[in-house]
Amino acid sequence: MNEYLSVLVFLLLATLVGAALLVLSHYLGPRRRGGIKGTPVESGVDPIGDARIPFNVRFYLVGILFIVFDVEAVFLYVWAVIYKQYLNRGAFLLGEMALFIGILLFGYVYAWKKGALDWD
Amino acid sequence: MDLLGFVIAIVKALIVLVLMLSTIPILVWSERKLSAWMQDRVGPNRVGPAGLLQPLADVVKFLFKEEVMPQGAEKWLFVAAPVLTLVPALLAFAAIPIGDPIHLFGREVTLQLANVNVGILFVFAVGSLGAYGIVFGAWASNNKFSLLGGLRAAAQLVSYEVSLGLSIVGVLMLTGSLRLGDVVDAQAGTFFGFVPRWNLFAQPIGFLIFTVAAFAETNRAPFDLAEAEQELVAGYHTEYSSMKFALFFMAEYAHMITVSALLTCLFLGGWKVPGLEHIGLGPFLFGVVQTLAFAMKAGFVLFFFQWVRWTLPRFRYDQLMTLGWKVFFPLGVANVMLTGVLLLGSR
Repeated sequence: MNEYLSVLVFLLLATLVGAALLVLSHYLGPRRRGGIKGTPVESGVDPIGDARIPFNVRFYLVGILFIVFDVEAVFLYVWAVIYKQYLNRGAFLLGEMALFIGILLFGYVYAWKKGALDWD
Repeated sequence: MDLLGFVIAIVKALIVLVLMLSTIPILVWSERKLSAWMQDRVGPNRVGPAGLLQPLADVVKFLFKEEVMPQGAEKWLFVAAPVLTLVPALLAFAAIPIGDPIHLFGREVTLQLANVNVGILFVFAVGSLGAYGIVFGAWASNNKFSLLGGLRAAAQLVSYEVSLGLSIVGVLMLTGSLRLGDVVDAQAGTFFGFVPRWNLFAQPIGFLIFTVAAFAETNRAPFDLAEAEQELVAGYHTEYSSMKFALFFMAEYAHMITVSALLTCLFLGGWKVPGLEHIGLGPFLFGVVQTLAFAMKAGFVLFFFQWVRWTLPRFRYDQLMTLGWKVFFPLGVANVMLTGVLLLGSR
């Protein structure tokens, strides 16, 4: 826990620096409100409609693919860390991992064929 | 926990923070000078010798600039987002060691903020939190360009996170530990007596994937689609001004520093210099040379980042996604299996 205490101290210090800079610039900078200064940038045109527009569903798809494959990568870590230690049973370990990756690659190929990885 | 341990923790946290915050201006300066040199310009040369104090002048300027709050913005989220981006970027460095443990006041002090047994996971986990700041800032701005930039950034970050995670599995298999100090220790010595035992040579495919994914994870060119200025004005920080913009800017450079140090630890042998133990330096000098070697390696990686930025044009978004999902993901999986087979064969 000793080690995480320094992380906590560092977290507090870093947040403090960030917040202090924001507070400083808040009081040091000028404040001249009004006019059209507050309108969101839209390259010189008056903003049309709401800025929070519906966006492409592909971003959602990427999110789901990320969860599937990144969790897989984390599962690999656990296996990778002990692999060398149990190398005398390496063929078994490798076979098991090949099975796991094989099942995953099946899903990957399915996603590819369905066009989930295409972007246009 | 005793008082001395607590004092050491605080001093270490202060040192790392000062180290990071003082490297960022140097990086900003070197980036501007390098880009100027590559484009046959002079670059900053007015403030201080060779423009060295330019970043300092910029900070003062940022402090005295007006903050603009766009209409319809989510006020608290808008203010919090820059800090939420900067803090994880700084914090991720906590688990990265920069030298062998030293002996101080009769106890062993590691040259890293937190010597945690899951160091690599810590860096990845904390480093990725920065994505929240970007997405929050983009959403809170009430601006179409910001929203699109934030979406792009999020999709790009998660896509390359997968490749980044896979690329180091081979390294973990060779090391058998997630502690970054152990990863570096495993790279001491040489192959065949003359090639340094660095993972760069043992894991070339992993190195390639990691390097490219690192560019994408830091939103650096040629993967800076989140702020592609020709298409999105300035991407997720379009509406940000004064110090809030500067915090986003600092976060990008802090990420670069962390990633460069991580790359050095994982693939370039960290602070290990082959043959250094034969020269017969004293323990103090030995440690200094090692840490300097680490700084030089990480510095070269940082230079490489800037070199690439001013050399390569930007990717198109579909190319970026295709590269991440259809090239690097299968390549990463193949690298894991290949490493497994080779390790089995070398038994």
